[in-house]
Amino acid sequence: MSDQSLSASTSDPDSPARRAGWFERLIYRSEAARGFSLLAPTLIFLLTVILVPFAILIIMSLWTAVGFDFDTTPTIKNYQQVFERPIYLALLGRSIYISAIATVATVVLCYPMAYYVAFHVHRNKMMWIVLMTLPFWTSYLLRVFAWKVVLGYEGVINSALINVGLIDEPLGFLLYSQEAVIITLAHAWAAFAILPIYVSLEKIDRSLLEAATDLGDGPAMRFIRITLPLSLPGVIAASLLIFIPTTGDYITPALLGGPDGAMIGNLIQKMFGPINNWPMGATLSIVLMIIIALICLVYVFIMLLVRRKIS
Amino acid sequence: MSTGSYIRKRSRPLQVYAIIFIIVLYVPVLFIPLFSFNDSIYVRFPLEGFTLKWYVELFQRDAVWNSLMNSVRVGVAVSVISTLFGIFAAKAIARYRFPGRGPLVGFIMLPLVVPLIIFGVALLVLLSRLGIPLSLWTVGLGHLIVCMPFSIATLLPRFEGFEPALEEASADLGENALWTFWRVTLPMIFPGVVASLMLTFTVSFDEFIMAFFLNGTQPTLPIYIWGQLRFPQEFPSVLALSSFVIAASFVIVFIGLWINRGAHAGTIKVE
Repeated sequence: MSDQSLSASTSDPDSPARRAGWFERLIYRSEAARGFSLLAPTLIFLLTVILVPFAILIIMSLWTAVGFDFDTTPTIKNYQQVFERPIYLALLGRSIYISAIATVATVVLCYPMAYYVAFHVHRNKMMWIVLMTLPFWTSYLLRVFAWKVVLGYEGVINSALINVGLIDEPLGFLLYSQEAVIITLAHAWAAFAILPIYVSLEKIDRSLLEAATDLGDGPAMRFIRITLPLSLPGVIAASLLIFIPTTGDYITPALLGGPDGAMIGNLIQKMFGPINNWPMGATLSIVLMIIIALICLVYVFIMLLVRRKIS
Repeated sequence: MSTGSYIRKRSRPLQVYAIIFIIVLYVPVLFIPLFSFNDSIYVRFPLEGFTLKWYVELFQRDAVWNSLMNSVRVGVAVSVISTLFGIFAAKAIARYRFPGRGPLVGFIMLPLVVPLIIFGVALLVLLSRLGIPLSLWTVGLGHLIVCMPFSIATLLPRFEGFEPALEEASADLGENALWTFWRVTLPMIFPGVVASLMLTFTVSFDEFIMAFFLNGTQPTLPIYIWGQLRFPQEFPSVLALSSFVIAASFVIVFIGLWINRGAHAGTIKVE
């Protein structure tokens, strides 16, 4: 539609394109040029503050820390260390394990919620969506802190249980454990699971469900053969949207993890803080990114295969 | 029974599940304000009695006011800049087809997904190599990376539900690009702009990780709270300050989402 009006305006003798310089002419003639020029400020800014720092991060990962300075002769020693010292691999493995469990828990718990809003809420749908996404916009730090209040040694759960008389001593395992980290992550990232799943459920053509029923499928079969496969893109998106950021999370393991629940993000922070080994911190960041990317590729591939199988 | 009624049939278990879900989503956060009014330095049941003393005490601290002002300054600057950039970017994405559009949009949305610690660390390395001292400016720079995708995602549905013919009509009637934007485009996307300003302000106001790596000597409010978490005797005042931050964020975000609610339902209509 805009193309038509565009050609109309360029053929107009009074059109600005006739009087303008080459840049304006290009803008008037080409849709791509208009798109690019509008996107340019954002793109140039983000390229500068994302790609340039990344390039330097990669370069720094090839350096070695010497006291407070760097030895800038390129070496892959840091990368070798990641695979030689057990602490690095252990923390990477634990981070992946914790976020994988948290991701599965979040997606499984949020699916029925998204399903309810998509299929069973007919009035005030917007209110439900706002209600579900509202907490996610507010401070992540404070939502995690809230769980410290709830799970603490003298926290809400322990003191409530003692008051009721169910336990005599506070339950020590609530705080500073992997479980505490998993619960908090699942709670804090719920909106990231609900929204994509909800969108994919909402898109499902209702007549497909009717057709399945007419052809003799019960509610369970209808769900497995129609709803689930069609909502799979939402489930995939939700899993990635939770798994990727939580693997590198810092706040939750720092506040609730204790020594057993520490994750790779904590070590990266320590490398840039107290340990003061920036090249190693850079190496760990890059290794983390590569591992996440590989896991996601494999995951998406498997899910696509599964989808082809069931549908 | 009409066709399709079995799909519309109410599901009692699901409804119960949904209500429990919402309660579990909100209750942990509500314990913070609850205990901030408790007259005890311990966070435990039974509650000891109602008090406002933790709030009164906060008011008298210069450090709280300073970090609040720092957060507001960064938040206002970041929300205005990211919304301005977001308007252009959202229009480009919604209106024009150009080569590489998909991958470029993916790149812009990257900060929503990639762990922020990696962006924080990478920026820190760049700034230190360039010899730029850490300050509120560098915190703002980091927050811009976080906020731009949010701003674009908020504005995008506004442009998608907006009839391009209106802008063309304005141009045909002799308005130049600037006036067309001012008198046609801006009023049409205005709810999105207000929502984007409010949401990005809150995201910046509440953001911790980027600020943690990039702040200099002037802490923002989340950094100040983080510092206070080390001291057990400060716990009640941290609860009071947190309650204030949570309340402010909830109100701003709720208004923002509500103003922009039509964008998702696809109800933006040409009058």
